[in-house]
Amino acid sequence: MDLKGRLLIASVLCGWLLAPASAAALDVTIGYIHWVPDQGPVLSNVTPEPEDAGLRGAELGIADNNATGKFLNQNYALESVIASDEAGALAALDSMLENGIDLLVTRVPADTLQAMAKKADGKALLFNAGASDGRLRITECQPNVLHTIPSYAMLTDALAQWLSMRRWKEVFLITGPTDQDKAWADAFRRASKRFGLDIIADKPWTFDSDLRRTAAKELPAFTQARDYDAVVVADVRGDFGEYVPFNTWLPRPVVGTQGMGPEAWHRVVEAWGAAQLQNRFRELADREMNSEDYAAWAAIRSIGTTVTGLSEAGHSNIREHLFSDAFQLAAFKGRKLTYRPWNGQLRQPIPLVHPQGLVATPPLEGFLHPDSELDTLGYDKPESDCRIN
Amino acid sequence: MKNAFKIATLAAAIGLSGPALASLAYVSNEKDNTLSVIDTETNEVVDTIDVGARPRGILLSKDHTKLYICASDDDTVQVLDLATRKIIDTLPSGEDPEQFALHPNNRHLYIANEDDAIVTVVDVQTKDVLAQIDVGVEPEGMAVSPDGKWAVNTSETSSMLHWINTETFEIERNTVVGQRPRHVEFSKDSKVAWASAEIGGTVHIFDVDTIEEIKQIDFKIKGVPQDRVQPVGIELTSNGKYAFVALGPSNHVAVVDAQTYEVLDYLLVGARVWQLDLDKDEKFLYTTNGVSSDVSVIDVEELKVIKSIKVGRFPWGVVIDPTS
Repeated sequence: MDLKGRLLIASVLCGWLLAPASAAALDVTIGYIHWVPDQGPVLSNVTPEPEDAGLRGAELGIADNNATGKFLNQNYALESVIASDEAGALAALDSMLENGIDLLVTRVPADTLQAMAKKADGKALLFNAGASDGRLRITECQPNVLHTIPSYAMLTDALAQWLSMRRWKEVFLITGPTDQDKAWADAFRRASKRFGLDIIADKPWTFDSDLRRTAAKELPAFTQARDYDAVVVADVRGDFGEYVPFNTWLPRPVVGTQGMGPEAWHRVVEAWGAAQLQNRFRELADREMNSEDYAAWAAIRSIGTTVTGLSEAGHSNIREHLFSDAFQLAAFKGRKLTYRPWNGQLRQPIPLVHPQGLVATPPLEGFLHPDSELDTLGYDKPESDCRIN
Repeated sequence: MKNAFKIATLAAAIGLSGPALASLAYVSNEKDNTLSVIDTETNEVVDTIDVGARPRGILLSKDHTKLYICASDDDTVQVLDLATRKIIDTLPSGEDPEQFALHPNNRHLYIANEDDAIVTVVDVQTKDVLAQIDVGVEPEGMAVSPDGKWAVNTSETSSMLHWINTETFEIERNTVVGQRPRHVEFSKDSKVAWASAEIGGTVHIFDVDTIEEIKQIDFKIKGVPQDRVQPVGIELTSNGKYAFVALGPSNHVAVVDAQTYEVLDYLLVGARVWQLDLDKDEKFLYTTNGVSSDVSVIDVEELKVIKSIKVGRFPWGVVIDPTS
């Protein structure tokens, strides 16, 4: 299905009323706005990213909410827009706000999200299911923005914890050319300091030839160094990174955005009832669930769980409940998930996966924290300037 | 008489030389597609039986001659003849059966179909599907009250108990509990129902007459992070003294006073403890520990763990045949 370049408005409505007649009906419409800038082709195009990543997770969240809501006379609907440019995404927000939608899930870049947050100030609560940038969590937090997608810091902390636990402490870092690659690598450098890793080589990837022909020749030379325990790749889009494993100078594992690495969600996650979520998603979308789908699903389930508990909607009620002790999200990661009160980030374990298997799920045992082990991943309170509550 | 006959056939079937008087425990191994059979006298695995794919919930027929097995990935309920240890039949179960409960009439089997958000009721004699009842997302726990009036299903993602009238097969009440309810257990007099909430970390006690929550139990184990305390299986002693609650990845079983609802003790067992069952004299409690792939045996009088028994991979359910 080609979704690019056109505006898609889908409404999933459910008029399924089995609840006792005494409960007043509650209708909750949630907006979903998606805009991902086209960054051109990638070298490694074996498995292209699904264009509806995020949207299908949101749809599953609505279906899950309705399956619960039907017993309580609560109906959930999704209004989704896949925009072709930033102006389109902002226009979609305007029109949703005008129509009284006060709960939104977004998969847009950080700058677009900031513009949206300002427009929606006092009018709506936004759930960021797309931007992993650190600045949204340490300096540029907005009181009406929560983050269900993990930050790059959470992802790289998970990886660094594991490297530290394995005692593979000397690493060779390769960073791609995009802003996202650089942000990921910056987060990894921070993580390496927190967990005692030593980056013995830190090289930008600058080659622009087609690696499918030349990887075997170029990469061994590129990864020459005295010694290292692992190669860490920062290639968020998957441009060159797939060609690093098995082409390194030394026989060492490749981790990071390729090889084995951290994900918010992946098809190999099956414990803690995740197999059921994976099955439901597969049935709905005819493909595997990924991190963006999971983040959108978690946002909509956060809303659903809250409305079930409160029996009322409204963005300010919901926000208050989400930051209260009463809120807990069951989200198939083996423990309850909550939002960090200082910056609105959803705390969550981070699976470390390779394409066919789960390796570990940080936070790992032994990395201690006075409040929650989950706060060993990402920006803890003292590391963030934000105090949105 | 019947028991004596059964023991004789069983002994013949497994080729024991002397009289086989030991009570047997059956354990479903989710990732091995097998059942482990434990002799509760010696606490050793005496047999391993091949069954369908991803066996989870298991239960005994009321006459203790058959074991019903939810073979989740085969979308069926298998019927194991205990005398011959052969699968003799399958029941239409709906998709992905996980847990089930048998009505005291020994005929109506209530099956939670986890992937379909449905509870299927099957007559085990005629194999007719009597009803399919829409419930919340990921129906999991299933219990029928000993007086046969109520069937209660938990839906994990909806965080609800669905109270099904067993005469009409219709839901009469939905009660919201803590996140991810896993299991329901009725007291022997059918007056009280216990429900565990895995992510909520709580156990909810309901008065069955009014269907109102009368108590919520919280758990705190020294040295274990609070979010690892995840109640799953519940087992009640028939004298009304204790409730045992399996607390998942905290690797502990809570001992609760079933009258005052006070937590008396926490017993360290294997990793990610899931389900539990008492032996026939209620002297020993057997727990399945999913991650360490073993079964812990608890001495009920002493409240001490006395043994762990290695079984197959990811043991899920445990049932002890009190007549064997």
